[in-house]
Amino acid sequence: MSDLNRRDFLKLAGGATALSLAGCATPSAAKARVVVIGGGFGGATTAKYIRMWDPAIDVVLVERNAMFTSCPMSNLVIGGNRRIDEIQRSYDGLRRRGVEVVTAEVTAVDTGKRAVTIASGRELTYDRLVVSPGIDFMYGEIEGYESAFETNRVVHAWKAGPQTIELRRQLEQMNDGGVYLLSIPLAPYRCPPGPYERACQVAHYFKTSKPRSKVLVFDANQDITSKGPLFKRAWAELYKGIIDYHPQSKAIGVDGGTMTVKFEFESVKGNVLNVVPPQRAGDVAVKAGFVTHNNRWCDVDWMTCESKAAKNVHIVGDATLSAPLMPKSGHIANSQAKVCADAIVSLINGRAPSATPVMNNTCYSYVSDKEVIHVASVHQWDAAAKTIQPVKGAGGVSSARNELEGDFAWSWAQNIWADTLG
Amino acid sequence: MQVGTILGLTIGLLPLAAHADEQALARSLAATCANCHGTDGRSATKVVEPLAGKKKEDIVNLMQAFKAGSKPATVMHQLSKGNTDQQTELVAAYFAMQKR
Repeated sequence: MSDLNRRDFLKLAGGATALSLAGCATPSAAKARVVVIGGGFGGATTAKYIRMWDPAIDVVLVERNAMFTSCPMSNLVIGGNRRIDEIQRSYDGLRRRGVEVVTAEVTAVDTGKRAVTIASGRELTYDRLVVSPGIDFMYGEIEGYESAFETNRVVHAWKAGPQTIELRRQLEQMNDGGVYLLSIPLAPYRCPPGPYERACQVAHYFKTSKPRSKVLVFDANQDITSKGPLFKRAWAELYKGIIDYHPQSKAIGVDGGTMTVKFEFESVKGNVLNVVPPQRAGDVAVKAGFVTHNNRWCDVDWMTCESKAAKNVHIVGDATLSAPLMPKSGHIANSQAKVCADAIVSLINGRAPSATPVMNNTCYSYVSDKEVIHVASVHQWDAAAKTIQPVKGAGGVSSARNELEGDFAWSWAQNIWADTLG
Repeated sequence: MQVGTILGLTIGLLPLAAHADEQALARSLAATCANCHGTDGRSATKVVEPLAGKKKEDIVNLMQAFKAGSKPATVMHQLSKGNTDQQTELVAAYFAMQKR
């Protein structure tokens, strides 16, 4: 009960005491209102599960896009093995659950007043706020990036949607014998295995349609950051002579005029430049003052996903300062969201949040049109360390790439999209 | 009068608290399976095991077999080791109660 103030307590009792408290009762019959910023895996799942677990709580979700486009599986669109509409979903499932979905930009967050303002000027007051803004890019870290980006001379395609379509268009237009250059930022970034899967997808397209073309991968990291041996084996056995991998190569400049990427020790030309810039928490979290680490990430208490920077604010997804060995993935965001939803429902109902939150991650990567490899982990609360930690002895990777997991991967996508949005 | 009503409510709720906590724990643990197996164990595909409405002991036995390595799997032998036996029991009981 210590987490409840008198106002909350009265609100809890409101259902039964509405008549006797009529003088000070709010006009709404709802127990409390939660505003969620961001309709990706983190925000949408939180909104849905709060409504599932306590339909007496009002939930408003603010998202700038009218349609959900999935980052997981978007490399298949880039490789030409899926269409963009196959990885898109509407927000109608959430609406059917009673979530008010508002398509708008957030213009201000006032944690003192507990209010979020959207572009129309409408003010949404909240009892608790959930912020799941994903990532935005640190364009300034790469000289010339922004001007080249404005004219599509460089793309990141690290947020699925128009950028995904643009990268696919450029690959289709590229002549056989051309060079696709992929540059990977230092970890942490969204989706650790994503870039290596993308190299596979583009190489698969070249192998089948433009066999004289090359995939040059320049990685700022020491080595492949996820599923390394499995990716290296796929590259050697499926794409020998197509993929050329350069570790410890950090992009510091882009020249859209000469189609050149500048690294610390060399400059390299390409026909399609796919430079993924370093990333940080999404703009809305930065502006609201929720960033706590290196001007990049938002630290949270992993028992409740509550912000360490502001009261009554919970943060989930890629914008968070990751717990030990926790990847920035859509699956983990969905998993965090359920811990967050449970904590919010508990707090609003005057119960203590679960002291033993559990999360897990399963991440599938397509190394060809059909063959897949995975990495999985389970994360449990560590009372001594006061954080959530991977369970030793659990989790792992595929023994080898295989087609059976291709079926599981596509099934995973259907189920996580439905679990997030349905 | 107001205070009396609120106190009465609070006291009335107390015996239910422990049960409510366990229910909340079970549904939260089961929710960690939903990413792959569907919300409340109702899968959108026929590719993965549907968990809703499955017998509790069947789920527990399956998880134990994955853990022991006696049932081959692509990923479940790795994930099953992440939960305690008590957590597995709670999850299995939750799915057993769900409509197919």
